[in-house]
Amino acid sequence: MGDRASRRLAVFTGLLVLGLFLLPLVAGQYPLYLTIQILILSVFSLGFNLLFGYTGLLSFGQAGFFAVGAYGCAKILLVAPNLLLGLAGGVGAAGAAALVLGILSVRHTRIYFSMLTLAFGMMIYSIAWKWRDVTGGDDGLVGIPRAPIEIPGFLSLSLATMERYYYVVLVLSLLAMLLMYRLVRSPLGLTLQAIRDSEARAEFAGVPVRTYRLIAFTIAGLYAGLAGALLPPLENTVTPPIAHWSTSAEPVLATLMGGIHTFGGPIVGAFLFFMLKDIIVRFTENWLIWLGAIVVTLVMGFRGGVVSIFAERFLAGGDAPARPEAT
Amino acid sequence: MDSIAFQGLIGLSLAMYLWLISAGLTIIFGVLRIVNFAHGSLFMVGAYLAYTCYGQLGLPFGLALLLSLLGTGLLGFVMERGFLRHIYGIDEAYQLLLTFGFILILDDAVKMIWGGVFKIPPIPAFLDGAWRVFGRPFPVYNTFIIAVGFAVAGGLWVLFEKTWWGRTVRATTSDREMANAIGINVPRVFSGVFVFGSMLAALGGALGTPVRVVAPGIGAAMIIQAFIITVIGGLGNLKGAFVSSLIVGIVSAYGTLFFPVFELFFIFVIMAVVLLVRPQGLFAR
Repeated sequence: MGDRASRRLAVFTGLLVLGLFLLPLVAGQYPLYLTIQILILSVFSLGFNLLFGYTGLLSFGQAGFFAVGAYGCAKILLVAPNLLLGLAGGVGAAGAAALVLGILSVRHTRIYFSMLTLAFGMMIYSIAWKWRDVTGGDDGLVGIPRAPIEIPGFLSLSLATMERYYYVVLVLSLLAMLLMYRLVRSPLGLTLQAIRDSEARAEFAGVPVRTYRLIAFTIAGLYAGLAGALLPPLENTVTPPIAHWSTSAEPVLATLMGGIHTFGGPIVGAFLFFMLKDIIVRFTENWLIWLGAIVVTLVMGFRGGVVSIFAERFLAGGDAPARPEAT
Repeated sequence: MDSIAFQGLIGLSLAMYLWLISAGLTIIFGVLRIVNFAHGSLFMVGAYLAYTCYGQLGLPFGLALLLSLLGTGLLGFVMERGFLRHIYGIDEAYQLLLTFGFILILDDAVKMIWGGVFKIPPIPAFLDGAWRVFGRPFPVYNTFIIAVGFAVAGGLWVLFEKTWWGRTVRATTSDREMANAIGINVPRVFSGVFVFGSMLAALGGALGTPVRVVAPGIGAAMIIQAFIITVIGGLGNLKGAFVSSLIVGIVSAYGTLFFPVFELFFIFVIMAVVLLVRPQGLFAR
């Protein structure tokens, strides 16, 4: 990417972040709610794309970790109303679940890996349905408070208004994005891309391939967990459908739409996803059929996603190396 | 003791539905090298078509089965010819994504056409009733399912080992380019196999119609179990699919008996153990 292009991108990103911080001054409750959803899906999708775009592992089970994060956070908030505890618990639980299921899943790659993740994701879904004592079954968990941020003797910040919660989500999401941006450029991120491009070469270079895949899987689980944990304080409820595979389809679609070859693709895709969904649900309640149709259209004709088209036109080349397409 | 043996018989009939769906999955993978994530949705479509023909229109059961197979086969044909065919050359992740898109479409389409409620038509008269087995009534219909399952297993063996078409398919499986070079119409074999596999899924779905609930989620439940069977048995291996269908069917029958809430959990445990000990599957070549 050229100097001018990257400067242009930096200015654009800066303005966008500034705009997001100023948004509550002009926007009402609904745009803020929608922006929170977009930010949550961005975090969720970034984790997914670390696995898919950067490591070459296509997971259909990310909703499982999203749900572990959401249920974990909700359970804690119901007992100890402190947002920090809830988020930490949710993210920790999701990371632990991802680590355990990852040990099993990364024993395979490619088709097998996708099958395994879908199966494990649905295992978590069936636990959410059936383990009534803990998850509330099909009623889910209700009355989850949007608990304040509390550090005893130091800080107590009420989040009762939508504006305040918006800032919490915004700051945490931006931090998560920044961290991921650094991560994919770190030796760890480069090693993952090396594994994606040629497993054999990475192995000959002495890279413990399976361990690195497990690390990527766990980080993706942590991101899914953070995204999930941010949801219950917003919605005040958690129900089993968030663990369903149609929820796993959301980061898949957002990433495909935005583009898997670029860092920003999943974020742009998350925005497009909610814009589209907002429009479609005005006309029909059968939203999934459209989701499916969009996936099919993207796969058949637009595998690069929106960002790579944009990047080719305006910025002369994306920044993440393209996933090789076998012939 | 008797009840334990009896539950094994229940498990055996459950195993046959699983066998029918995983056989189709296995055959399609063997030839096309694609795992059709929407295979469970084809099972579901087969069940709904049979429900409409048999339960709503009142057609004879056999005819309803046939129509359901033909309808689902046609759907499989459209999926292969219209979509999958055009992306065989590219990264397999996109093929998985495409079939994942099909799941979303078919699940919602079924809800739009048939509504979200559970449906269950009566068992056809000539298959109704029960034998006494181990001192308990065992439904004739389950016996029928077990017989069909074994018949399909035998039929597939004959088809692949003894017929010209089977040999063509096996040739395409082992070497696509060579098969092409000796004049086998590979694209046609691909379509044929995909349609055939779709019909096997539909057969499972349609046969289940009178005894299992027909509802929008059944495809999802079945495909997960079929995946577990595939992982246990080894991908692309029919014998492995048959044996692990038996294992999974019987284990979940006992699971339901002793631990009704988490019957699926045991299957996941078996899968986890297989993954740790023999990740290529029990019957991998």
